[in-house]
Amino acid sequence: MNAMIETSAAGKQYGRRWALRDCTLAIPAGKVVGLVGPNGAGKTTLLQLAAGLLYPTSGTVTVLGGAPGSTPAQLAKVGFVAQDTAAYGRLSVGQHLRMGEWLNPNWDSERAARRIADLGLDPRQRAGSLSGGQRAQLTLTMAVAKRPELVLLDEPVASLDPLARREFLQTLMEVVAEQGSSVVLSSHLIADIERVCDYLVVLVASRVALAGEVSDLLASHHRLSGPRRDEGSLPSGQEVIEASHTDVQSTFLIRSDGRVLDPAWTVRPVTLDDLVLAYMSRARDAVTARRPGLEVVR
Amino acid sequence: MIRFAWLQARTQTAIAAAALAAVAVFALVTGPRLLHLYHVDVATCQGSACASATTAFLASYRWLQVLAPQLLLVLPVLFGMFWGAPLVARELETGTFRMAWTQSVTRKRWLAVKLGVGALTSMAVAGLLSLILTWWFSPIDRVQLNPLDPSMFGVRGIAPVGYAAFAFMLGVTAGILLRRTVPAMAVTLVAFTAARLAVTYYVRPYLMSSQRAIAPLIMATGNGGPTPTPGAPTVKPGDWVLSAQTINGSGQVIGQYGGVGASGNIAFSMSSGNVSLHGVGPCPNTFPAAALDGARSASGPSASFNAAAQECITRLGLRNIVTYQPLSHYWPLQAYETLIFLALAVALAAFCFWRVNRTLT
Repeated sequence: MNAMIETSAAGKQYGRRWALRDCTLAIPAGKVVGLVGPNGAGKTTLLQLAAGLLYPTSGTVTVLGGAPGSTPAQLAKVGFVAQDTAAYGRLSVGQHLRMGEWLNPNWDSERAARRIADLGLDPRQRAGSLSGGQRAQLTLTMAVAKRPELVLLDEPVASLDPLARREFLQTLMEVVAEQGSSVVLSSHLIADIERVCDYLVVLVASRVALAGEVSDLLASHHRLSGPRRDEGSLPSGQEVIEASHTDVQSTFLIRSDGRVLDPAWTVRPVTLDDLVLAYMSRARDAVTARRPGLEVVR
Repeated sequence: MIRFAWLQARTQTAIAAAALAAVAVFALVTGPRLLHLYHVDVATCQGSACASATTAFLASYRWLQVLAPQLLLVLPVLFGMFWGAPLVARELETGTFRMAWTQSVTRKRWLAVKLGVGALTSMAVAGLLSLILTWWFSPIDRVQLNPLDPSMFGVRGIAPVGYAAFAFMLGVTAGILLRRTVPAMAVTLVAFTAARLAVTYYVRPYLMSSQRAIAPLIMATGNGGPTPTPGAPTVKPGDWVLSAQTINGSGQVIGQYGGVGASGNIAFSMSSGNVSLHGVGPCPNTFPAAALDGARSASGPSASFNAAAQECITRLGLRNIVTYQPLSHYWPLQAYETLIFLALAVALAAFCFWRVNRTLT
């Protein structure tokens, strides 16, 4: 696999707390990747490690074949939009664009200016007086106008209203279409991920719980419901991700590359939301099992 | 990156340049007149007229004389608090460092340019203000001749350039360590003041080997009775007296500040015709009756008492040992002091690079 982000046992420690621990993953190039996971899974840390804003305490992180943040050339290859979409409050929109032009060798000033005009932003307006949505658009413009091979976005839409969120993601999709950049977007909002991403990575407690093409994942997972039975009785090709039982009925979320042929089941497709939730709770249970000291006594 | 650093620093640089221009205008308007007054009234005065001419001259532009050095005194710490402390701390507080550090410029270069622009601007402004003040004050300083005095040393010459560089870097360092602007400003103020005082009183006196003069203890006489005149006449005007100890005939130190005891007093006590020097012992000479009679008169001790007291001191073998930095050490001391603060600034800068590059965030 041609990986754009590759980590090997990467960890980041703050004092005694590990924000990311023993994380090994490979994210393929040329995709729009959605990164989801519960709070504290290490998504922000992973993205900041990839952007070169953080250095790993242990292990290695390789992005587009280089060490993140190590050289100007490496920095030029990666665009980053932070969670808070912070901009220089006292500088104007136009001054931000000039900053981008000065600091980036591949800066596309024409496109940046056109994008700002399309957004209806006044270049003379100070960034401090922009709305949250406008500021997010400005930081996105900054991140993509440097013509990076990879754009990293750390929950940039979390604080935006639905309309601003849609406009933001629309801009992002236009850029992807125009420039062919790869994207890694972290978000809690599965609907957003579903709209823009073609590859999904579910991160739980620094571990990859699920990774794959969104279309493949949806095609290979099914929800089965039928008379109550034990999950061990399912054929070997069907991996149970989630199981729930009532007195008479069982419901399974299974992974199976083949078709489900058992006529006892009612087979329904799964939504991405179901899929993510199922894998997140399964991975969390596994983490709890790894640490018996923290197990909740029921 | 230099253009961007200038873009961020342009407001503060404009304010500093405007303030500097205002001071320069004041100096250019008043300076030549001050110089003229000096040449007309002081440099050519004759005999007894000199004292009053000098007093009158020193009273001219009194408010400028008081205010201008204060400005130069606080300027470096203002650079540290308002330029240095927010330089990185503000970026960390507002989150803009993530935008700055993900442009195609390495963090090392980003910091190098920001530190370079800030430190050089601070040093240039402080240096120019010091140049203006040193020029404006030159006739006054020629009369007062006290450039080594701790209150004067730091507001003339080249030392303010070193202070500015150090204060700026101190602010940056505090901002990087504390990650918040306002606490970093407070720390900068306290740490800079402490460093300046420490260098003034514990380092500067020992930067060059001080000179030492031993002279007989000579009393000045006046209405207040006998008072010691430390080191006279070996120590010349403009020399920086570091200590004036008194030793007795066998060479032991018996007092400070040119007198006897820790507070340097000279006191005689009389009982039944015998006079003794307080803290030393009985006078070897006998005081004439006339001298004793006049010792407690309302107009102060009589001349004969003073003469007998001086003879007592001389025969007891009391002498002054004065250690001092001579006036000729002024420019070497200025250079050393500047280099010390520049070296401290460089050390702080190295720490900032290490911290920003490896451990920050």
